[in-house]
Amino acid sequence: MSAPVSLPEKVSVKNLKFFYGANLALKDISLPLYDKKVTAFIGPSGCGKSTLLRVLNRMYDLYPRQRAEGSVMLDGEDILADGQDVNLLRAKIGMVFQKPTPFPMSIYDNVAFGIRLYEDLPKSEMDGRVETALRGAALWTEVKDKLDSSGLGLSGGQQQRLCIARSVAVKPEVILFDEPCSALDPISTAKIEELIDELKSQYTIAIVTHNMQQAARVSDYTAFMYLGELIEFDETSRIFTAPRQRATQDYITGRFG
Amino acid sequence: MTDIALKTAADSGIKRDSRAEALARFRLSDTLFAQLTRAAAIVVLLLLGGVIQSLINGSLAVWQEFGFGFFTGTSWNPVTERFGAAPAIYGTLVSSVLAMLIAVPIGIGIAVFLTELCPMALRRPIGIAVELLAGIPSIIYGIWGLFIFAPFLQATVQPFLIATLGNVPGLQGLFAGPPYGIGLLTASLVLAVMVLPFITSISRDVFETVPPMLKESAYGLGCTTWEVVRHVVIPYTRTGVIGGCMLALGRALGETMAVTFVVGNANKIAGSLLAPATTISATIANEFTEATGDLYTGALIGLGLILFMITFVVLSAARLMLLRLEMKKGK
Amino acid sequence: MAFTDAKLAKYGRRARGNRVWMTLCMAATAVGLAMLALILGALVMKGVAGLSPRVFTEMTPPPGSAGGLLNPIVGSLIMTAIGVVVGTPLGVLAGTYLAEYGQHSRLASVVRFINDILLSAPSIVIGLFIYELMVRPMGHFSGIAGGVALSVIVVPVVLRTTEDMLRLVPGQLREAAFALGMPRSLVIRRVVYKAARTGMVTGVLLAVARISGETAPLLFTALNNQFFNASLNQPMASLPVVIFQFAMSPYKEWQDLAWAGALLITVSVLGLSILARSLSAQRS
Repeated sequence: MSAPVSLPEKVSVKNLKFFYGANLALKDISLPLYDKKVTAFIGPSGCGKSTLLRVLNRMYDLYPRQRAEGSVMLDGEDILADGQDVNLLRAKIGMVFQKPTPFPMSIYDNVAFGIRLYEDLPKSEMDGRVETALRGAALWTEVKDKLDSSGLGLSGGQQQRLCIARSVAVKPEVILFDEPCSALDPISTAKIEELIDELKSQYTIAIVTHNMQQAARVSDYTAFMYLGELIEFDETSRIFTAPRQRATQDYITGRFG
Repeated sequence: MTDIALKTAADSGIKRDSRAEALARFRLSDTLFAQLTRAAAIVVLLLLGGVIQSLINGSLAVWQEFGFGFFTGTSWNPVTERFGAAPAIYGTLVSSVLAMLIAVPIGIGIAVFLTELCPMALRRPIGIAVELLAGIPSIIYGIWGLFIFAPFLQATVQPFLIATLGNVPGLQGLFAGPPYGIGLLTASLVLAVMVLPFITSISRDVFETVPPMLKESAYGLGCTTWEVVRHVVIPYTRTGVIGGCMLALGRALGETMAVTFVVGNANKIAGSLLAPATTISATIANEFTEATGDLYTGALIGLGLILFMITFVVLSAARLMLLRLEMKKGK
Repeated sequence: MAFTDAKLAKYGRRARGNRVWMTLCMAATAVGLAMLALILGALVMKGVAGLSPRVFTEMTPPPGSAGGLLNPIVGSLIMTAIGVVVGTPLGVLAGTYLAEYGQHSRLASVVRFINDILLSAPSIVIGLFIYELMVRPMGHFSGIAGGVALSVIVVPVVLRTTEDMLRLVPGQLREAAFALGMPRSLVIRRVVYKAARTGMVTGVLLAVARISGETAPLLFTALNNQFFNASLNQPMASLPVVIFQFAMSPYKEWQDLAWAGALLITVSVLGLSILARSLSAQRS
């Protein structure tokens, strides 16, 4: 517990409570996302890990009767504040979902779409940005000859990497992964994990996963959550070798969950 | 002991017999019922065949007399027995297309409001209100159009259109002439109100089929609500929305009562949208019972045949599109 | 990596665009609701003014004098009843064929497609069809022809809801019945129909709502009749046709009666739809 103290916090969650209607789904959560590190959220279903992720880009705003209390600071600015513009926020904090969600348009447009939201670029420059994003998602060589065909024609793993390219293209600062491999085969999963490892040189990353080996492989820090509470947060190596809480130990050794 | 055993054996023997009888009876009624349902299904086909057959039969006289010229003839004169369908076809197409131009954006707008913006508490009441609009019989739209809406248009909207658009070069012809109240434009507006709920409810239903995760991905990039609708929801549901609009167009083309009251019933092609005109269904509704002579009746039934063909094509296209959508969903 | 001014400016334009479009969507909803309010408002005001006990007790008057709508009300009830009695069995049986027997066969697909066309076909064409089929051979307009014309409209509505409702019945329920050794027709009639009953009734109610406002198919089948008439072989008055005739006339008394009739029709049609809706809500 010595090293973390000196690391810069990109996102700081402080005393976060989250409500679905009258149900308290997150109970007073406080934890940091360190800059350019991968933080994994693990825990049994319904523990609130996805809910926590969806607070970070205020995705819950789309739904009535869902609200958050407390504060989430991004570079010292509270993103839960009333004046926060959620669209600008989401441009800074990208998200990749459980299932691939390519838009109903061409591969090229899937990537260019997000860029066009904020920038008017000449064609040549746009081409460059799209290529960079697709390379960044390790997809370029597979799709460079069919950029004009529909994104829906790709395999599941390719679609998911397209979605990562789409997120990366808008140059976010943080990327949230919500069980990104749950619909993928082992080979595609390995590729995505490799990719996450590369992405952390540029981005702060949070990943929700059901798969404890995955958390151990890709993350630097791990948060174990249970029934809406943060049980333990520490360096991943420590969580998986010497957890301090009994519940954490039970979960990672497969005794429940 | 043995007695009892024998007795039960005998009993069960009787039972087995009656069971076999019952099965035979079942088999007969089973076949009968299956054939009965099949026959009913075939009757549905015969209904359509009967409609087409009777329309062709009833209008033979007019095709023999005018041939293809019936489509293009512009005069409609029962006295001299000259019949041309062009004014009615023109009125039908123009009023329906205008109605769609007005109703499609509004209908889709309401659907967007209901699926993306509306507070939960209002969603159901507004949805029900829109469906009530769909439930109102067309004759009610007609009587309302004639007594309330047309005088209102005559006093306000139409003079305004004449004063403004009537002076714009190129549009002059469309908005020329005195404000009659009733006429082609009024018919289009009433039709627009009528088909609005169809467009809204189909659009809303297909909008709701968009996976929430797909919309969230777009929001996750920083899209505004409008951008999500424009770039994700509408492209994703395009086939369904177009199918729904064509279904509404089919309704508008064939609508009788709402139009008959307010279209003005003038069997001629006037350049102005404000002028009285007619549609196929309005002509039939107004003149059929008074028609004398085979040629006059035949001409009206011939109009019916044309109307049926137009709507058949539009409705088939709509159904095929929606069918394709269902197959995609089932995949 | 903060936002540059250019990016923020572009975002400002997008946010304004969003506000404009969303305002337009709200305006569209306001327009739709206003139309409903205007139509129902006018209908209630004008209709209630024309409503009196005489509407239900007296016959339609000659031009320029007072009277009621008794004969068209009765005529409408009779012809609607014929439409339902003739159309419902046909629609239910054909719907049963599509859901239980034909399913994906070629015949079933064609019938399904044709039925969808009939569902939205212009009702005035149905009137012409029955005119050719019944009125011309019989030589005169009649209530029975009007009823049959309405039944042609009932069939596709009932067929569609029957098929939809039967499909909603879980396959396990059928299998459980088959496992008892029940033959297919009994499984359908005793078990499947029972499970889908509320939905099928809803379909019939919707069909009744649909035909009780229909005018076009009656214009040249049942025609109209100024007098009370219970004979199906004679021309028969109906509310919609009387409304059409009276509203288009220059006489104040007739126009008032037309509004009263319009109110009656709308109240019963909307009442039926609400009943149908609450039935299907109950089910789910």
